[in-house]
Amino acid sequence: MDRWEFNDCFCGSVESHRDVFVGKKLIPVLRVRGDKSHDSSYVGIDAILEQMRRKAMKQGFELNIMVVGQSGLGKSTLMNTLFKSKVSRKSVQPDPEERIPKTVEIKSISHDIEEKGVRMKLTVIDTPGFGDQINNENCWQPIMKFINDQYEAYLQEEINIDRKKRIPDSRVHCCIYFIPPTGHCLRPLDVEFMRRLSKVVNIVPVIAKADTLTLEERDFFKQTIREGLRANGIDVYPQKEFDEDAEDRLINDKIREMIPFAVVGSDQEYQVNGKRILGRKTKWGTIEVENISHCEFAYLRDLLIRTHMQNIKDITGSIHYETYRVRRLNESNHINSHSTEHPVLQPKTNGQIEMPAAPTHSNGVAIQHQVMTHEM
Amino acid sequence: MASSDVARQPDKNIRPLNLAGHVGFDSLPDQLVNKSIFQGFCFNILCIGETGIGKSTLMDTLFNTNFENFESSHFEPQVKLRAQTYDLHESNVRLRLTVVNTVGFGDQMNKQESYQPVVDYIDRQFESYLQEELKIKRSLHNYHDSRVHACLYFISPSGHSLKSLDLVTMKKLDSKVNIIPVIAKADTISKSELHKFKIKIMSELVSNGVQIYQFPIDDETVAKVNTSMNGHLPFAVVGSTEEVMLGNKMVKARQYPWGIVQVENESHCDFMKLREMLICVNMEDLREQTHTRHYELYRRCKLEEMGFKDTDPECKPVSLQETYEAKRQEFLLELQRREDEMRQMFVQRVKEKEAELKDAERELQSRFEQLKRLHADEKATLEDKKKALEDDQVSFSKRRAAAQLLQGQSLTANGKKDKDRKNSGFM
Repeated sequence: MDRWEFNDCFCGSVESHRDVFVGKKLIPVLRVRGDKSHDSSYVGIDAILEQMRRKAMKQGFELNIMVVGQSGLGKSTLMNTLFKSKVSRKSVQPDPEERIPKTVEIKSISHDIEEKGVRMKLTVIDTPGFGDQINNENCWQPIMKFINDQYEAYLQEEINIDRKKRIPDSRVHCCIYFIPPTGHCLRPLDVEFMRRLSKVVNIVPVIAKADTLTLEERDFFKQTIREGLRANGIDVYPQKEFDEDAEDRLINDKIREMIPFAVVGSDQEYQVNGKRILGRKTKWGTIEVENISHCEFAYLRDLLIRTHMQNIKDITGSIHYETYRVRRLNESNHINSHSTEHPVLQPKTNGQIEMPAAPTHSNGVAIQHQVMTHEM
Repeated sequence: MASSDVARQPDKNIRPLNLAGHVGFDSLPDQLVNKSIFQGFCFNILCIGETGIGKSTLMDTLFNTNFENFESSHFEPQVKLRAQTYDLHESNVRLRLTVVNTVGFGDQMNKQESYQPVVDYIDRQFESYLQEELKIKRSLHNYHDSRVHACLYFISPSGHSLKSLDLVTMKKLDSKVNIIPVIAKADTISKSELHKFKIKIMSELVSNGVQIYQFPIDDETVAKVNTSMNGHLPFAVVGSTEEVMLGNKMVKARQYPWGIVQVENESHCDFMKLREMLICVNMEDLREQTHTRHYELYRRCKLEEMGFKDTDPECKPVSLQETYEAKRQEFLLELQRREDEMRQMFVQRVKEKEAELKDAERELQSRFEQLKRLHADEKATLEDKKKALEDDQVSFSKRRAAAQLLQGQSLTANGKKDKDRKNSGFM
């Protein structure tokens, strides 16, 4: 890093203060007096970006993705394609029988991957048995429980007195839901699952095995799905209410136009036009996975990994987790008065929570603290 | 590398994997940086030093701008802290800088309590962050972090050693904030004296067990420069916002009859080193140390002080919430008890007052009776006198009447005689 290189220093004298209101205090805004002729007038505040980057590279990143869908929809293959290596459960624990479990199981596998100096701990959480039984009522419950358990573990560590420097983050950041390519509309199972889980985790719905649909069928199917989501009030990622500014909204609107992505997964390479690419070879042609005119895998990969990964983690941490925390802390306040195991409170997706009538306890923790501190 | 909990050690559950192609998550640091740019940064510096030692000037020089400053008087009765917040922009980075200055430090006759306002200020910032963190509905990412990230301690350039005030203050602060000692007004010390002075200061700090901030040396990219800088502590700085013509450039300098001290000349003073270390290389580390070390320590002490523990006496993990609940019950009971006490006291007081008033009333009543009797007596006496007077009057008028009658008779008898005499007289 060449610290003395600066591109956008301001020439000349101090600009007049355009004071900014923060809360109730007026904060003067000053421009750092940088003069191009003076090397040393450069203060170096923007060196903090480099410092942050260094720190991030040293610490590494964590990502937890959950895949949900009926068996045979290509979940494991898609994971392998996304991360260009054998990250799925099947590759790690080859099951000779390929049996379908009697109940929904949750299996998570972690990997350490590295690219250009950036280290990431990737955890893929598989849910074999989802939607495979004859009676699929409540098949989302083990999944909900798992997600809430991760939040609980994080919360417990956070409220410890002696806590770790970096709390290990096992919270599910993103849940990819596989919709079977029927071509008609969402099934009741899909609606139920997504409705419940979109409130606790970021859901990215995808149309699995999209090579069975023609382009027109695909568009029609997508439209029906989108209408179904809207009709049922299901908010999938990227959620409209978490757009930060106009620019964000523009980008996210484009993504929302394309949801759900129609994907095809493959971990086998073929020769096409002299290049080796991932694809599926059939008698009538080769489907190229990364060709956007064939399927939308590239868009999914870009969304999940290249552009919105940090945003996904932020929403999980600051909105879904906080919602859980609020509910949990309020719950223990009503431990004596309420007898329900899981209160019927359904938090709205913007993080606000429907409070039961108990005004003295609504901010119980804060009140307690205010009285106990010796604040001036 | 305590901070990387991401399994660097071989872990049975986590297997390292090789990627067959370009996945693209190497853009993650960029995504993180972009988000931070969007959010803006926050940095808080605390400057402790005697009045007139050059704190404000150094801040101006460091950040190349003009903060609104005014001279402080030397007659402050107590040490106070003055915090000012500014928004600085440089290229695309927005920094919210808070500069806290001590006012009146070292001016009092009795300096025993000088460090206390500083410690209180730092604790207050930790406390408000802790409050926010413990709230049920909190917004940590929007929270304006006011915890002190770096503390510049200004040592006056006596050339001999640290003052006892310096030692005491630094000792109190070393577990609460990252202390970076600087020698102020370094243009009053010659080079050789400076070298000895620095050695003396460092040895005094070590022998008194003061833990100043050490620049981190675990990251390879900056280890070398940080290690060499650690050897130059404390930095001898000169601050100046005035510019002087030197050669064909205007430089920040102080002009003396015997020469010009250039602020940005490395051989004149350590200002550039300070700027590089404080801002360009270690700002993020300062913030991290504040959060992970000093704040955690404060939080742990505070929560333990309030009686929370992670484990029971039987070593079973106790949930914070249960303890909280128990504490709240305790507290409510205490409140109830106090209320009852107060109520009883009130009732008692009222009774006493009532008794007093009753006494007073009785007394008044008796006086009234007495007066009334007196009055009645007097009235009776007066009546008697009046009666007597009337009797007198009646008897008097009777006697007068009788007397008049008598006189009338004798007059008529005399009257005839007179008339006769008169008549005879004239004849």
